This record gives sequence, C-alpha cells and structure tokens, in this order.
Amino acid sequence: MAITHEMAAGMGGIRTAGDLVARMQMTKGMKIKDAKEYVAAKVGVSTFDLCDEAVMKEVREQLDIGHVQARVGASIGMEAKFNIARVLDMKIQAVENFKRKTGM
Amino acid sequence: MSDIFTRYGDGSPTRMSKEDIRFDLEEGTRDAADRGKIPALTEAELDRLFEICTMPEKAVTVERGDEVVVSFDAGTLKLPVRAGIPMDRSTAILTHERAFCSDTMELGHVDYSYKQLKAIIHEECQAMEHIQLNTIIPVFYGAMPNLGLYTKPDGPIDNWSELLPLAKIAEAKAAQEEAVEHAVKDMVYVASRMYESGADGINFDTVGASGDADVLATLQAAQILKEKYPDIAIEFGMAGEFVLGMHGELYYDGTRLAGLYPHQQVKMAEKAGANIFGAVINTNSSMTFAWNIARAVTFVKACTEAANIPVHVNVGMGVGAIPVTNTPPVDAVSRADKALVEIGKADGL
Repeated sequence: MAITHEMAAGMGGIRTAGDLVARMQMTKGMKIKDAKEYVAAKVGVSTFDLCDEAVMKEVREQLDIGHVQARVGASIGMEAKFNIARVLDMKIQAVENFKRKTGM
Repeated sequence: MSDIFTRYGDGSPTRMSKEDIRFDLEEGTRDAADRGKIPALTEAELDRLFEICTMPEKAVTVERGDEVVVSFDAGTLKLPVRAGIPMDRSTAILTHERAFCSDTMELGHVDYSYKQLKAIIHEECQAMEHIQLNTIIPVFYGAMPNLGLYTKPDGPIDNWSELLPLAKIAEAKAAQEEAVEHAVKDMVYVASRMYESGADGINFDTVGASGDADVLATLQAAQILKEKYPDIAIEFGMAGEFVLGMHGELYYDGTRLAGLYPHQQVKMAEKAGANIFGAVINTNSSMTFAWNIARAVTFVKACTEAANIPVHVNVGMGVGAIPVTNTPPVDAVSRADKALVEIGKADGL
C-alpha cells in the first residue's frame, strides 16, 4: 500500500523533496501549494522540479541534506537534519535536543 | 455492453458498462451531498472522474506537478507486525525512508492506544531518541485515543455500551464524560514525553472511534498540547466520516460534535490547534468503486475547501474508496489517489 500510494501520488521522500514539504505542512500547517512554494524558494528550484529525482539529487547533495544513496562523507540522520533546519529556516525538535545535550 | 473492468467495494472484480459507471458516479456524489448537505460534484468533475475510472491502464498516477505528501498511521506496525518481517521499528522507519521513499513515517507501539503507553513511556522515548539520530524524514509518534479502554474491566469506568441498552442514559453520559478526563490526561502526558524526546509530530489516530466523547477528549488534549508547546505538530486522523453521538450532547467551542462530517470536523481540529487533518470517508463494500470514489471525492472536496490546514485523506483499506480487503488492488488504490488529489484537492494522503 505504501509503495502504491507513493507511486500514484507521493512526492518521493528523500529521493526528491517530499520530506521537506512534509515538514512545512507539519510545523506551519501549510497547504500543499504553499508548502511547495516555500520549500522551492528555500532550495532554489521550481515547484515543478521538487519531485524530479535528477534535479533534487543534485540539490540535496549540494545542500548536504541527505539522500537515499549513502555517500562517503555526506551527512546522514541528525547531521542532515541540522542542515535541513538551517536551509528551511525552521526548528526541528530533535536538533534542538541535540544542541542542548551537547552544549552547542 | 459490460466492457469496463472495475471492482466492488470489497475488492471483488467485475465488469460494467460505461452507462452503469456514470450512473454510479452520479448516485455516489448525490449520496454524499444528501448526507453532508454539501455540493455534489459538477458535470465537469464527474466527466473527469469517469475518465479516471475507465482508464485502461492497471495503475494510474497524478499528473506531474500534482504530487502530495504521504503520512502514515500505524506506521511501524505495518512491516514488523502485520507483514511479519523480523525487523525492529527503527529498521522499519529507515526502510520507509531509504527504500519506500516515504515522505514521513510514524513510530507506534503494538498496543496502539495512549492509555497503554503510560507504563512503557520510558522505552518509547528511548526508541524515539535513537530513531531521531538516524533518520532524515520527519517521524511522528502515534496512537489511538481509544476511549473504550477506560471502561471496566480494563479501566475504572462503567461501560456506556452496556448502560445504554439498559436505558441508563444519564449514567452512560456521565461515564463518557469521566472517560474524557482520563483520556485527556493520558494523551497530554504521552504526547508531551514523546515530543520532548524529539518526535517531529504527534498523530492522534482513529479519532472518534468511541464516538463524540472520543473526539472531545482529543480536541481538548490537542488544545492543551498546543498551549504547552506552540511549535508541536499535531495530526488528527479520524475514525469515520460521521461523528457518532454515543453521548449526543458534547460540545467543543459551542459546536455539537455528534453528527459532524469531514468539512465540519476539520474546523474543530483547526480550533484545537491541529496542523494536519486526516479526513475519513467510509467505503461501502456492497457498492461499486465508481459509487464509492464519487462519494469520497465529494466529501473531500468540501473538506479541503473548508480547511485552512492541509488535509491528508485516509486511504487505508476500507476508507477513501479503497476496497475493504487486506490486499487492496493497485488499480483501485491508484485511481482513488488520483481522483482524491486531482478533483478533491487533497494536500496529502
């Protein structure tokens, strides 16, 4: 079911910009059009390109915000979330916890 | 001539003529309009829905540019529990992130009710902290309000489902009102701990499963959480298209909860502070896919037009025109998704 929904209508998660748009819906209650426009402006692509795997692979690698391919030296997990919080200009609770615990 | 392959709401395959499909689309939207007192689909929308229903492809997709966000209920119950794959919950979440490319995911316990989680909250917090270190996608923590668990013998309160047939109406109402107080306390406690442990959002799943008191408890819990943590993300996933009046006289902010349909439910969720609303439209297993999808799209369109927050339509088995079967056919699922997004204007699924 998850795969069918993702194929039929989903944004593509970290292959594209699905996780980023989801974060804006979750934290700001933005409807899909507004959330896409916000993310597109922040990452520097059109809303049309947000779901393009080829375009977003380059963008995600340049911004170092995590991708499905685990490249050597690239940010993963919490590291990527630090970068996502900065790029989207938003607070991520787990990132705030990490900063507090490490005295950052 | 019966030349179009389609299905019934229980998933069983059938063939129908174009005329019969069109008739069922019109009947489905009329049924939703009558029940919800909302506008029926326009002729142009019915024409588009007819095209989607009769496309010859096995699987269909939304048009490029119309993609939406996908969120989950029962997130980590799907692979390790229902599918029986021997993996822990953090592996299930990473599988969704790296292999399925889900936009979000949800951590949940097999005993998926807020009341049950109090005793194991430390382990759940620990799991969320570990998961947050490794994941990139936003991870919800989710469970059900499940007001029924507060009744004897599982809880301290008399069972209103037993009191009502005995005509003990006042006692049944009082029992539900007492259950609301317990449920609010438990939901606020568990959600607070999970948010402080790094959860990206809290999912209240199957809101209203025990009727209007279940809805009231969740609205009150959400309101308290939002006042406590202004940045907390809250998703409401409803249990049904219609709030059952098990109590009948419960109000939230002056609105009677019993009898609300999705376009009215979403306004209550907004007032309580929800960020995402999960609309539910029940599938009738005896009717055709055409009837069910026309009905679902009609309700969803009214809901998204009324909503100021994103609407993620529930599209698990038995809701959102998805057939009532554990293995929903791809042709029906993909058509439902396309119609709900393109005509219903859903913000997510």
